Amino acid sequence: MDLCLFAEFSFQSLSQYVLNGLLMGALFALIALGYTLVYGIIELVNFAHGDVFMLGCVLTYFLCMFAPEYPTSLIFIPLLLLIVPICCSLLNITINYLVYRPLRKAPRLVPLVSALGVSFVLINVGQMAIGTSPKSIQAQLLPSETNQSSANRETENATRSNEASEELTRPRRSWLTWADILLIGTVIPAMTGLALLVKFTKIGKAMRATAQNPIAARLMGINVEFVIALTFALGGIFAGLAAVVFTLKITTIDYLMGYKNGLYAFTAAVVGGVGSIPGAVLGGILIGLIYSLGAVYIGGAWVDACIFGTLIILLVFRPSGILGTRVREKV
Amino acid sequence: MKYFSASSVVAVLVFGLLFLVPNLPLGQLGIPSNLVTELLILTILALGLNVIIGYTGLLHLGIAGVYGIGTVCTGILVTEAFPFQQSFVITLIISTVVTALISMAITAPVLRLRGDYFALVTLGFCEIVVTVLKEFEHITGGKKTLQNLRPPLFPEFLSSLEQSLDLVGKWRIFPIFYYICLGLLLLIFLGLRNLEKSRIGRGFVAIREDELAASAMGLNPAKLKLMAIGIGSGIVGLAGCLFAVHSTNTTEPQVSFTFNVSVIILASVILGGMGSRTGMLVGVLLLLGYDKIGTRLLSDVLSQLPDKPYFKLSSWRYMIFGLVLILMMRFRPYGIIPEKRN
Repeated sequence: MDLCLFAEFSFQSLSQYVLNGLLMGALFALIALGYTLVYGIIELVNFAHGDVFMLGCVLTYFLCMFAPEYPTSLIFIPLLLLIVPICCSLLNITINYLVYRPLRKAPRLVPLVSALGVSFVLINVGQMAIGTSPKSIQAQLLPSETNQSSANRETENATRSNEASEELTRPRRSWLTWADILLIGTVIPAMTGLALLVKFTKIGKAMRATAQNPIAARLMGINVEFVIALTFALGGIFAGLAAVVFTLKITTIDYLMGYKNGLYAFTAAVVGGVGSIPGAVLGGILIGLIYSLGAVYIGGAWVDACIFGTLIILLVFRPSGILGTRVREKV
Repeated sequence: MKYFSASSVVAVLVFGLLFLVPNLPLGQLGIPSNLVTELLILTILALGLNVIIGYTGLLHLGIAGVYGIGTVCTGILVTEAFPFQQSFVITLIISTVVTALISMAITAPVLRLRGDYFALVTLGFCEIVVTVLKEFEHITGGKKTLQNLRPPLFPEFLSSLEQSLDLVGKWRIFPIFYYICLGLLLLIFLGLRNLEKSRIGRGFVAIREDELAASAMGLNPAKLKLMAIGIGSGIVGLAGCLFAVHSTNTTEPQVSFTFNVSVIILASVILGGMGSRTGMLVGVLLLLGYDKIGTRLLSDVLSQLPDKPYFKLSSWRYMIFGLVLILMMRFRPYGIIPEKRN
């Protein structure tokens, strides 16, 4: 009897963890797209990208202070999904213009070090804005789960009070929270949109051409600087979308979150093969699963070590990732 | 023929100044003496990082983890919880060697990676080292750290020497330990000067400038890179040992050995000038001197202003390091005191 209960419990929670992992993975994939797009075009590991995401979260946090009460707040969410990505992409374009653009001809490690510097500056901005302690959003934008389920539970308890203890031992019934539905509803259209943009539009063709060979692209009359700026803008949009969804899902933010989440996302990009868009999605999901299942079965303290271990092993044995193609270093 | 270059004059001046520091009325100026010593230790750390980043051109972003290995190694050798309880001199040597070996062992498989991937892998190593130091509590003390590290200066058979010099228990206090650190700094500085002129040092620079050309000239890049990691990490481990003895414990890993610390040291290396020894002295003393000591002096002046976050120097800390990195890369990538290039 005991064993049977345990088995059922463990299966249910396992599926819940897998689901959580997939959802977190979708978030990481959104951030990873920013890394992968930029790396694909100018071969720069944009360290500052995670912190652009962090500032997006900070902006969401401040905007949520003006949010209306619950039923009307559902109109407010699309507004958030519009404002925050635009701000993030403007920030990304500005960073590109001020910091990376003058360094285009410098050796490869120079912009990387600058990106570290930008990351520190953005961390400092975030720290000024929200202080050093973690903050959580107060406003309630989405319909709450807990009220609903506890109300259900009360009626059930009234009718079948003898099953009350069994009801408590079960994990929460709702698999998907409203925030998760928002996440799915944001991620899938965003990624589809990107795939269509890159595949079928003229500007997407220009992006692919620049990624293959910037000089040849320039010779063919493509405005390479414009393409680079557009890439940064797209990365910013995805970081902004991820920031809104993350803030509404996790509800707690702090000024150092950009570094960790950015590194997870970068690992995701590498896992899938840097420069490959489907690779970023696949890598994001894998990292999300490691993140979620590792926290349960290995221990929360070791999650980072697991993810970075994955990063190291991949970079050593298959630097091109799962979907990337191997390119020999040119002289 | 020119016997003294400008940078060597600067180096002599800086060392002269550092020698005179204990004679200054530090207490009246409001400078805690332990911070001055810490600054010297960080200078040694920067010199170690300079071997890896400056000479050989390997962008190592996990130097704080290596520093942590050195510190904990010292903790294990000295603390009462383990049966070693070595003296300072022995610990210093063992920590240096062990840190170099561990660092070489974990970096060896990734040396063939390209520059930016190498940077990320070392960053990942640093995070893993911090996790290991934090979680293996039975060995490293975890968050509680290994406390009460007060080793004798010399091993037992020389303890009469320690007594006759009247150093028992006193050598860890400000002026004497400061001079020990300064002596080690000078020793490493001169050692690196010789290294730069040696076949190995020139090999490092050749690899930095063009790895392919260097290997075509018969150099073995993998071997030289590993040597650079070993020498650099050894110096960093020595700094870690000094740090542990200086603060009498192995400080919390998630505070002292994180990525931020690596970037802060990197910023001072870049400010000073990658590959330039004198640059390291100037860079660390300017940037970290400002961070550790300057902010204290200035915050007294600023304390009259209203209590807002943007009036506090501590809330501009990351901004300053970040701007140093961005502006130096943009306008002066070879630092304040560039390396001499013939």
